[in-house]
Amino acid sequence: MNELIEYGPALWEGFVQNLKLSAVCAIMALVLGTVLVSMRVSPTPVLRAAGAAYVNIVRNTPLTLVLAFSALGLSDQVGLVFSDDPAINGFWLVALGLSLYTATFVCEALRAGINTVPFGQAEAARAIGLTFFQSLTLIILPQAFRAVVAPLGSVMIAMIKNTTVAVAAGYLADVAFVMKDTFDTTGVSIPIFLGIVVAFMAVTLPIGFLTGWLSRRLAVAR
Amino acid sequence: MRVGRISATLAAAGALILGLAACGGGGETSAAPSGDGSVVDKVKNTKQVVVGTKWDQPSLGLKAGGGDPEGFDVDVAKYVIKELAGGQDVQIQFKESASSNREPFLANGTVDIIFATYSITEERKSKVTFGGPYIVAHQDTMVRADATNIAKATDLAGKRICQAAGSNSYKRITDPPPDGELDLDAQLVGANTYSECVSKLSGNNLDAVTTDDLILAGFAQQGGGNFKILGDPFTDEKYGVGLKKGDVKTCEAVNAAITKMYTDGTAAQLFAKWFGKAQGLTAPTAAPQFETCA
Repeated sequence: MNELIEYGPALWEGFVQNLKLSAVCAIMALVLGTVLVSMRVSPTPVLRAAGAAYVNIVRNTPLTLVLAFSALGLSDQVGLVFSDDPAINGFWLVALGLSLYTATFVCEALRAGINTVPFGQAEAARAIGLTFFQSLTLIILPQAFRAVVAPLGSVMIAMIKNTTVAVAAGYLADVAFVMKDTFDTTGVSIPIFLGIVVAFMAVTLPIGFLTGWLSRRLAVAR
Repeated sequence: MRVGRISATLAAAGALILGLAACGGGGETSAAPSGDGSVVDKVKNTKQVVVGTKWDQPSLGLKAGGGDPEGFDVDVAKYVIKELAGGQDVQIQFKESASSNREPFLANGTVDIIFATYSITEERKSKVTFGGPYIVAHQDTMVRADATNIAKATDLAGKRICQAAGSNSYKRITDPPPDGELDLDAQLVGANTYSECVSKLSGNNLDAVTTDDLILAGFAQQGGGNFKILGDPFTDEKYGVGLKKGDVKTCEAVNAAITKMYTDGTAAQLFAKWFGKAQGLTAPTAAPQFETCA
């Protein structure tokens, strides 16, 4: 227990990094996932194929590889640099990799949601003269989002836990790294383990409850 | 029998939690020496020993494929163990001991003796008995072969240096003593291992890798002519032989073996074998000053 108290502040600093990554990735993944699903249901074959190829490749690549590629490949070799400060550069490389990865899961959850919207809705939208983009944003997606609030919650919970893989991109600041670094001096400490588990649960459990409650409230009555 | 199944599950879960709790308590108390004989006795009597080395450091302890790891640490271990057994052959089982699990492995008896780039520090002395040191490494800096703006360690101010997970070498650059040394304003670039640091060094996000010269020498040798070591050492890292706390008898036997290794020329031969091709390194001629066994 003493170790948890002594190293608590350092661990908390690490956990804040996980929270920051989660916040950034949640926004980027939701936006990008929505764009991806629009591509996957669009009437243009090229866009559909590009969306499907992206989702199938990235979703089936292990996250550690995606992150290692974003740091070692995109940044070190290709030269994509967000900032001259390596710490900030590292943060955005992780955020980039994790968002690109999570977006595919958001896309697939939303596509399942679109499938719950009766075909008549799209036909009616077209019948009153809405374009594809209008019917998607005004008719289809609002109903689709309501249907998949709970699954999206699961995707977000998985993403929050995935922030602990940041070390794979050489970003040595998140709580999982601080924990291992602490263990180098203290030896493995079970209280520290459990403390971090509790910290993650304090974030993810409310998300689970909130999205469960929202999904009941927002369900489309049919 | 639904109730029966549920209570059985609960009982199993309870047992699991109790087991975890027992582990938590045990980890802190079992560090005391159990007094069941020293390692030197075990080597002599059973002709078997478990040796901990690194498995991921070229020229020191590197395991490739299915065989035993290879490197300077491994060869020193083989020599010392043979001396401990009075010249007889001993069956050595190698076990990977990464930086983070060296102390627990010794404390709970997973390994008997450790040769794993194990620097002797005051903090570690309270948990581990150190034989040796068998060699003294110095922190040095490796840069790209064509780098002209870094010629000595103090040139690292404002440069990007590598921080390998689990290593504190970067602190010698960025922090003042006692934890550090030079107190320069260098920027840290994270990486998982020193091999990753070295591969980053050939990219465009890193200017220098700084850690023990023996570790750098291994990578420099591996990387062909792409990298150079500055040859501007600024610390002493005494690589010791890790033993369970209180095993003074083995510690003294290990020191005798190391002395012999230097007087009969084996040390110089092993140094040349593993670090001979790296520039900027000088082979030691006599055994280092030993720490007191305690």
